[in-house]
Amino acid sequence: MTPALVAVSPGPYVTIQDTGRRGWRRFGIATAGAMDIASLIFANSLVGNPADSAGLEFAHVGGEWEVAATSCRIAVTGGDFTLSVDGQKLPNWQSHSLRRGQRFIIGGAPDAVWGYIGIAGSFDIPPRFGSLATHLRSRLGGLEGGLIKPGDSLPLAAAVAPAALERRVFPRGRPNWPFRIVLGPQQDYFDPASIETFLRTTYKVTHRADRMGTWLDGPRIPHARGFNVVSDGIVPGCIQIPGAGVPVVLLKDCQTHGGYPKLATVITADLSRFAQLKPGTPLRFACIGVEAAQAIAVKYHARLAGIEHWVEDVAEEARPPPQVEPLQRQG
Amino acid sequence: MYYPRFLPLGDTALSVEFGDSISPELNQAVVDLDLAVRAAKLESITETAPSYRSLLICYEPALMSFDALVAALRGLMSLAKQTASATAVAWSVPVLYEPPFADDLPDVARQLGLSAEAIIGLHTGAAYRVYMLGFAPGWPYLGGLPEALHTSRKETPRAQVPIGAIVIGGVQAGIVPITTPSGWHIIGQTPLRPFEPDGKKPFLFGAGDSVRFRRVDKAEFDVLSALSPEALLEMVRTER
Repeated sequence: MTPALVAVSPGPYVTIQDTGRRGWRRFGIATAGAMDIASLIFANSLVGNPADSAGLEFAHVGGEWEVAATSCRIAVTGGDFTLSVDGQKLPNWQSHSLRRGQRFIIGGAPDAVWGYIGIAGSFDIPPRFGSLATHLRSRLGGLEGGLIKPGDSLPLAAAVAPAALERRVFPRGRPNWPFRIVLGPQQDYFDPASIETFLRTTYKVTHRADRMGTWLDGPRIPHARGFNVVSDGIVPGCIQIPGAGVPVVLLKDCQTHGGYPKLATVITADLSRFAQLKPGTPLRFACIGVEAAQAIAVKYHARLAGIEHWVEDVAEEARPPPQVEPLQRQG
Repeated sequence: MYYPRFLPLGDTALSVEFGDSISPELNQAVVDLDLAVRAAKLESITETAPSYRSLLICYEPALMSFDALVAALRGLMSLAKQTASATAVAWSVPVLYEPPFADDLPDVARQLGLSAEAIIGLHTGAAYRVYMLGFAPGWPYLGGLPEALHTSRKETPRAQVPIGAIVIGGVQAGIVPITTPSGWHIIGQTPLRPFEPDGKKPFLFGAGDSVRFRRVDKAEFDVLSALSPEALLEMVRTER
């Protein structure tokens, strides 16, 4: 029997994601990939996967899952998401090996929107254009390009959990300092006074937020010379100001090209932290130069590459008490 | 304003802007630089994406600073004209402009005050340029739609536009690569697939290609639809 993870009752917005698709933008194919890259890498590291392996990403709640393999090692990261296995509460940001038939339920988190389930060995699903990242709008990647639905069976590459010790990490909180931006490419579509307003305003995250982007609530940013630019390339992090003057921060599933003026771009190192803001959270932006942003990006990438060093083995004596036998299901 | 301009998109991308309008000349400058950049195979550049009047360049800041990249690009730009090879393709796209496919042709005729025949004549009579691929996988942004066919978009976008639909919207013409919602008007259908995710050549078009539409009847449409993707491609590729 093919080893699998069964989505018994998944959260409403669960997709398979890895670190994203590169090199296909010229053909209209978006980056996609995990909204919070560091959390996906932590999840992978905890279960012993390479950093760019595909895991499950969920928004707000993870839902209920069942192991349909001899055994399977999982880890939940992203925020302080509740995790229970067959009714027993287990720590997040730590790996757990489960047996066939065991069910785990992932609830919500007070400190995050996006959660990740790392699965040892990842999925046995062919990549599309070099990646397993799901891009919902073009129905590409993951499980036939779509959301994970109740009853879906996700084929796993490993039939048994690794023999290595379980691993854990103590996550650092996310700072609430301003989100750093580099002005451009179209700041000349705005008066200096408008840019000043943008930088002085405390915005709020709205409920209009998904993998494509987040709409902000705050004062209008008027355009100095209309709001139609000749469509050109956009990347995750770009802050578009559409006709109504309300900023939209574009995220991983954003289109490859857009026709609204882009006032600025959130720096790479701050983008995952931005994606994790819950609706209603106040935030501010701070302008930095491109050289400073690059120096931060280099350090950030080095930190991502070093995530492995933050993860430690769980000593035998620190392990949770043995898991209870799964309930025999009727029929 | 002096062009080209080098504009940052954060810390890992920049846009080389050649102008502020839509013209074949500006777009050719973009395509030429794109070819030169790809031929140079700079380790620091992770990908490039042409658009109407600018080239997006994604790069690794650990390997090259913004200023160093701009300097390298200025150098490549002087070579761009010479390295430009004849990679552009001329396409003759077969179109059936009849029910059950040409759903919006009557509406467009009403909006423009033209007969359906006149619209088909204008649509097939024009030469189009693929300015870029974007919006969806393999979606060609076609410029060159005659002014008489410029329309306002549908008031309510259609939830599902089928693959191969021939559409017009605003000043643009398109060939739909994936089933998608769209506010553009459907005036015909082609058996061609601009996006074949499992094919040897997943993306039919490239920036800089030229396109003409050729009217076919139902009998020819059916014959073409029955061909293998490779055989169909041979039929619609015309040499320049």
